[in-house]
Amino acid sequence: MNLHEYQARTLLKAAGVPMFDGDVASTPTEAETIARRLGGSVVIKAQVHSGGRGKAGGVKLARNPAEALDHAAEILGMQIKGLVVHKVLVVPAADIATESYLGLIMDRETQRPVFMVSSAGGVDIEEVAAKTPDKILRLPVDPTYGLLPHQALTLGFALYDDYSQVKAAAKIMEQLYAVFTGNGCSLAEINPLVTTPTGQVLALDAKIVIDDNELFWRPDLGLMRDESAEEPSEAVARRANLSFIKLEGNVGCVVNGAGLAMATMDLVKYYGGEPANFLDIGGSSSPEKVINALKIITTDRSVKAILFNIFGGITRTDDVANGIVAATRQFKVKVPIVIRLTGTNEAEAIRILEGVGMTALSDMDDAVQRVVTLARKAA
Amino acid sequence: MSIFVDRDTRLLVQGITGREGAFHARHMLEYGTSVVAGVTPGKGGQKFEGRVPVFNTVADAVQTTGANCSVIYVPPMAAAGAIFEAVDAGIPLVVCITEGIPVMHMSRVMPFVRARGARLIGPNCPGLITPGEAKVGIIPGNICTPGRVGLVSRSGTLTYEVVNQLTANGIGQSTCVGIGGDPIIGTDFIACLEAFQADDDTDAIVIIGEIGGTDEQRAAAFVKERVTKPVVGFIAGQTAPKGRRMGHAGAIISGSSGTAEEKLSAFGQAGIGIMRRPADVVALLGQRMGALIKR
Repeated sequence: MNLHEYQARTLLKAAGVPMFDGDVASTPTEAETIARRLGGSVVIKAQVHSGGRGKAGGVKLARNPAEALDHAAEILGMQIKGLVVHKVLVVPAADIATESYLGLIMDRETQRPVFMVSSAGGVDIEEVAAKTPDKILRLPVDPTYGLLPHQALTLGFALYDDYSQVKAAAKIMEQLYAVFTGNGCSLAEINPLVTTPTGQVLALDAKIVIDDNELFWRPDLGLMRDESAEEPSEAVARRANLSFIKLEGNVGCVVNGAGLAMATMDLVKYYGGEPANFLDIGGSSSPEKVINALKIITTDRSVKAILFNIFGGITRTDDVANGIVAATRQFKVKVPIVIRLTGTNEAEAIRILEGVGMTALSDMDDAVQRVVTLARKAA
Repeated sequence: MSIFVDRDTRLLVQGITGREGAFHARHMLEYGTSVVAGVTPGKGGQKFEGRVPVFNTVADAVQTTGANCSVIYVPPMAAAGAIFEAVDAGIPLVVCITEGIPVMHMSRVMPFVRARGARLIGPNCPGLITPGEAKVGIIPGNICTPGRVGLVSRSGTLTYEVVNQLTANGIGQSTCVGIGGDPIIGTDFIACLEAFQADDDTDAIVIIGEIGGTDEQRAAAFVKERVTKPVVGFIAGQTAPKGRRMGHAGAIISGSSGTAEEKLSAFGQAGIGIMRRPADVVALLGQRMGALIKR
């Protein structure tokens, strides 16, 4: 789950990370009030889950509260890469001496949190990593012991020459590590970490991604989810405990298991079609899940044909068949459905489907070829 | 023969009285796996299905029954604790089926597992099966048949799809291992490839990967250097969009890293036969194994 910049700031602030003052606004008037309180020039920043906010016109400088009002009015409601801006962050326009990058990720290869720091900050760190990897210091942390004092200092020395700044940065490293482990982050990034002309070290912008698996036991973090930033069908699916991602094609896919769901999408493409979605109904699929899945897929007008690809292991194929029959009784499915099922209780599933005049295929390739043909005819 | 589990596996089931644990423990017993104990704290002294003794702790179970492998079906929040307990009790092979364990928990578990010299398979995996000998986890036994092809995969049902194709075409399996779809897992492709390469009863290897991370790329490099047996491979997620988690927590293309193209290209360079579709496994193995396959 991605957090907005203003939400990330809240977590960092609670850990003691030094930052410029600032606040979030939902209306132009609120932005004006914050600007007045801060005094001087301010920056108005769109709060959306997207990079390139500045280029898109979502970050503007305001010299006084009146300009803050105007700029906030322009930015609020605008779309950046398809996402509507509902909130803006108002922060002082600061004088900056240097910009650095500071990130902490959960690294798959070392299986540990890994710090990445670079004095080439304020830019796309992937680009730095690709072009000049020697400008990035990577430091894995053993979670058993946490970030050790000498490690924090090493990271600080990688950024600054001045010892007081090194110590200030080292403290920020420790605070960032505490935020990372305390909130189950998969990424916590301060970009840029800046120094002011007077030598202060401060976090200017922050990005935090929370591991979705933490949300089960951290409902407080779940409250930070911005549903307005989600595809509406994906939010519905998430509430129904379905793993669903909307895509651009016209072949709807209902599959059990993430790997098989991806392989099914790939096979649709292989036979010349385009998948309309990724959808994994999971292992123990009750008829209810199938009904919800069909509801979500049929809401998408671009779907011209639907494929069920079910390999019954723990999933009982008769449960899926019952779900399909119940769904088509509850609401009219206007596009053709191709069903492939094999495995647990297959004979019973076929009997259920044949009882209502439906048929099932047993081979994945046959089913995908058929659904691609049907989608093409209907398009 | 086989890798990791066989007739000598004495299995302990953590969470045996829970809904998932009980369901799959029954299936493992039916398959003929030697299930010697179960553990559910507070239910020690009971008998599961009238024959498998239930203990309060893994240490008690190991002491009484000599269990040498544990399979975990406990909920996500207790799963890391269950792995710690099994490893602490000296179990050399721990298989964790549970999906949804916070990655932070796994980053604390792994140094402990390594320090004790134990092997963890998973989490978020279907477990493993040596057809005809032992089923540890949830892979349906009826789709497998004993034979000489080893299979390793990050997926569950996609594995079943491929195994089913093999069995339907008369190609049996030595062992099928699901290593799991999470970002941090106990046993990677390389560990399985190494074991299959060393196993006298495995003639060829099938590797089923997916988008996200670099495990497949490293596996390809290992195949090139160290594996002399024929290897064929598949990568799921060629049509997956960037930056989205495709069901599995680990199946995500971050930035430009972890794409299917990158992995397939690494496979190609290592001489791994590339399956364009799951069904290609039969023909590709046929080409590469030649006479070996005709039994």
